[in-house]
Amino acid sequence: MSLDDRIPNNVDLHTDRRLQKALEQWQPKFLDWWMEMGPEGFQTKDVYLRTAISVDRDGWATFDHVKMPDYRWGIFLTPEERKRPVGFGDNPGVESFEEVPGEFRNPLRRLIVTQGDTEPASVEQQRLLGQTCPSLYDLRNLFQVNVEEGRHLWAMVYLLHRFFGRDGREEADEMLARRSGDPDKPRILETFNQPIKNWLSFFCFTMFTDRDGKYQLGALAESGFAPMRRTCQFMLTEEAHHLFVGETGITRVLRRAAQLAKEHGGDVKAGGGIPIEMVQRYINYWFSYSLDLFGSEISSNSSDYFAMGLKGRFDEEKKYADHSAREGFLEVPVVEDGRITIRQTPLRNAMNECLRDDYIKDCEAACKRWNRALEEEGAEQRVTLPNRRFHRHIGEYAQHKFNSAGELLTGPDAAARVAAELPNAEDEAWVGSLMKAVTKPGAFANWIAPPKVGINSMPADFEYVKL
Amino acid sequence: MLGGIDLRGYNRAMADDSAATSRGFTDFETDPSRYRHWKFSVDGAVARLALSVQEEEGLGPEYTLKQNAYDLGVDIELADALQRIRFEHPAVKSLVVTSAVPRIFCAGANIYMLGKSTHAFKVNFCKFTNETRIGLEDLSKHSGVATIAALNGTAAGGGYELALACDQILLVDDGNSAVSFPEVPLLAVLPGTGGLTRLVDKRRVRRDRSDIFCTIAEGIKGRRAKDWGLVDEVPSKTGFDAAVTRRTDAAAAQSTRRAATPVALPRIGLERESDAVLRGRHVELRVDLGARVADLLLSAPAADEPVERAAMLQKGAELWALRAFRELDLALLALRLDLPGVNLVRVRTKGDGAMVARVDAALLANADDGFLNEVRLFMARTLRRYDLTAKSFFALVEPGSAFTGSLLELLLGADRAYALIADDCGQLAASAMNDGALPMTHGLTRILNRFCGDERAASAARKALSAGALGVEDAEQAGLITMALDDLDYEDEVRLAVEERASLSPDALTGMEASLRFPGPETADSKIFARLSAWQNWIFQRPNATGPGGALTNYGQPTRPSFDYRRT
Ligand SMILES: [Fe+2]
Ligand SMILES: [Fe+2]
Repeated sequence: MSLDDRIPNNVDLHTDRRLQKALEQWQPKFLDWWMEMGPEGFQTKDVYLRTAISVDRDGWATFDHVKMPDYRWGIFLTPEERKRPVGFGDNPGVESFEEVPGEFRNPLRRLIVTQGDTEPASVEQQRLLGQTCPSLYDLRNLFQVNVEEGRHLWAMVYLLHRFFGRDGREEADEMLARRSGDPDKPRILETFNQPIKNWLSFFCFTMFTDRDGKYQLGALAESGFAPMRRTCQFMLTEEAHHLFVGETGITRVLRRAAQLAKEHGGDVKAGGGIPIEMVQRYINYWFSYSLDLFGSEISSNSSDYFAMGLKGRFDEEKKYADHSAREGFLEVPVVEDGRITIRQTPLRNAMNECLRDDYIKDCEAACKRWNRALEEEGAEQRVTLPNRRFHRHIGEYAQHKFNSAGELLTGPDAAARVAAELPNAEDEAWVGSLMKAVTKPGAFANWIAPPKVGINSMPADFEYVKL
Repeated sequence: MLGGIDLRGYNRAMADDSAATSRGFTDFETDPSRYRHWKFSVDGAVARLALSVQEEEGLGPEYTLKQNAYDLGVDIELADALQRIRFEHPAVKSLVVTSAVPRIFCAGANIYMLGKSTHAFKVNFCKFTNETRIGLEDLSKHSGVATIAALNGTAAGGGYELALACDQILLVDDGNSAVSFPEVPLLAVLPGTGGLTRLVDKRRVRRDRSDIFCTIAEGIKGRRAKDWGLVDEVPSKTGFDAAVTRRTDAAAAQSTRRAATPVALPRIGLERESDAVLRGRHVELRVDLGARVADLLLSAPAADEPVERAAMLQKGAELWALRAFRELDLALLALRLDLPGVNLVRVRTKGDGAMVARVDAALLANADDGFLNEVRLFMARTLRRYDLTAKSFFALVEPGSAFTGSLLELLLGADRAYALIADDCGQLAASAMNDGALPMTHGLTRILNRFCGDERAASAARKALSAGALGVEDAEQAGLITMALDDLDYEDEVRLAVEERASLSPDALTGMEASLRFPGPETADSKIFARLSAWQNWIFQRPNATGPGGALTNYGQPTRPSFDYRRT
């Protein structure tokens, strides 16, 4: 097998000696990591996966049954038709950087490492879920997400290897050395150290946490550092499926809950499903943890990244007229003297908040679709997103307690009132008790509705994973 | 005009921090026939430098040099005269520094010149004058030329500091002439040429007396000046010359100066090729102001460089060791004073390192010759100027490089060293020159300094270096190279490091490098530079000195300074 076949790419890997050398050393370490920390118990099974083998329409989603360790993790940059200059910040209009400018080396490396670290982290968080899959369809989706997170790691490692020399290689090795939830060498972001113990959490994670990824990648896909911009653009095409898995997963859980409520006089548990209010608590938990990923509401780092032209706003080029963001303020509610007051924050310092705003809007749209599904099933109950101040660990609100409506809680029972809106031990036990593997082609666990259509239009009883 | 180069754009260009194009560089070379401000004479074993500043001959047009006050041009002449005593006048055993102007020895650095200069210029001006004063002390200590300040009139501020740099000070007791430090009471700044340090460290003037002395503008004269140790003798006006002669002759009689034949120092005249290149025979400086980077390249001696005593003496000023380091000296001065826009210098060497080692060995083996010893002392001073230059230095070891012996010092003194791993890659090697013949201002060798005074690490590295030429990977192991990189990484890594460095605040870098470059002990010399770069520079920037109500601003004006009295 030629190098380009083993590692599909459009970055001229066969002529880039430096990249070859770096990857030759890194790839075996990656495979060791995958065997140790990848999906437990399924490494020898054939899984119906899509593989990106090129960037054109036919190539980016090639479906076939493959064993995961044989998956061809590739390196792709979205081609750019036209010359695209730096689009924002202090020097808009200058030529995009094709190499790393020395003065931006450290901030760029930090951005790439922080993003890159989340990719293997999620694989680690999800490694045991295969054993309790609700169907072969879901099992396949889990593995699809896993191998693509693996590829996203490759994409970030490509940037490190290609542009950051020895430091970059060390950082790439570090990505494989950190472990989600390990007290001594945890993953960088706290959300990625939270265990994903059941499939409801998995759907919430792919719905909310992967969606943070979408917005981070979207902001980086505006970057003046062209290789990062193009890498992130390609990652976004894959990410869409992860979000689909998450959103529709929650829809199917809610649908099934509504159906079971009808069948069992409102007692979803009696029917063996997950009650809607319980799903709500999981939404509260993962939505709030995912909001943390955007960073502090008021941030000088985000301002620097923007000023340097490294990280823009979501859809910066399309959506905004003023790409300097030097003028203008964002009203950020902060807590002062025990009350919520508005702080006028210079726009550049509020870039994290801008991104969070877009993210929340996106989540609200999904929330509407869930409620439409509930309505279709004839249920009265609705789900909502908690206020952005609820249950936060980073930023202006981390030092205070808020309820899901965003009201400041001050009494001695504040912590308990927050906890009441989060999954409790009983919820965890109940959801855990439902997690039993269903592996017959076409069959689904009782707590989740089947999907509307199969992957790549396959029939309902298609053998997505050959066990 | 000085040396045919128009210096009028000098301060203006300094203000524009990256412009060094289409204007003259400062001419640091002169010779006695062109001195304007010093009367230089040699009579047997005694040399005499009498200051007589020409008011209208300042380097800049915007001030006159009243009261025998000096500017950079005056100090360039002084520095030149000291070099000539070393090389051209080996018979001189004592030097008298005095004034040719009645009743005034020297009023120090010209206030109006300082007031009109950019901060960057002031700092580098002070640095240069300090190096000249330390060179004066070095002349006595290492070359055996006794120095006597004959203050036949008032010595104020920098004037008294110049006297303090001499071994002995005589002050005429005429009821009028005083020594003084009026900086604090009159100008709200500090004596910037080592005066405070020398007062207590060198002359050991009691602390409370020093304190008083530094706060009375008119200074101290006569008997009390001697009692306090500010001067060594206070002869009467009529007895003054005889007293000076007596001390001069006595000092000359005790001199240990080594014998030598005179060697004339010809003008180097670095060639300017476009605005971007300064070229000498062994040194080349290429400037890329857009990138804020310069490339300094030193060539090792050619194969026919003499290493036998007679042939070396024959070659005189054209000896590689002298010529190359004189060129380096001029390049460093150009970097400091004429190229403020350069933030980082990539330092490379090329040629046969073994030749450097042979030259080094020959210089040390023949150190009993006064001239060859002076060559080594000159190399040492130039390398100290390198250590004290406020630019980032990255040494680059590439195929064909010659970081050996005295040229290895450039690598050891650099802030970082990068090396390319290749089949024919550069090698590092030591010579006896690395073992104390070229000390830094704080007294350490650069190897020991590199390891922050850790004798074990330093001697291990030294041992590795003496086992023959050391490949760059072994050199990295030995702690002599910051990063050794293969051809896949080298270019990009160096580019990134250079770009990254050149993007940082030059002020913060100056302070950072000055702090990191001199671990370990202090000497009076190193203290002087440290105090200069910390306290003096800080005070010069404060409103109480240079703000609208500052004392320096209002000096000579009808308005009185108004201070912000809150203490920092
Ligand atoms: Fe991802
Ligand atoms: Fe994802």
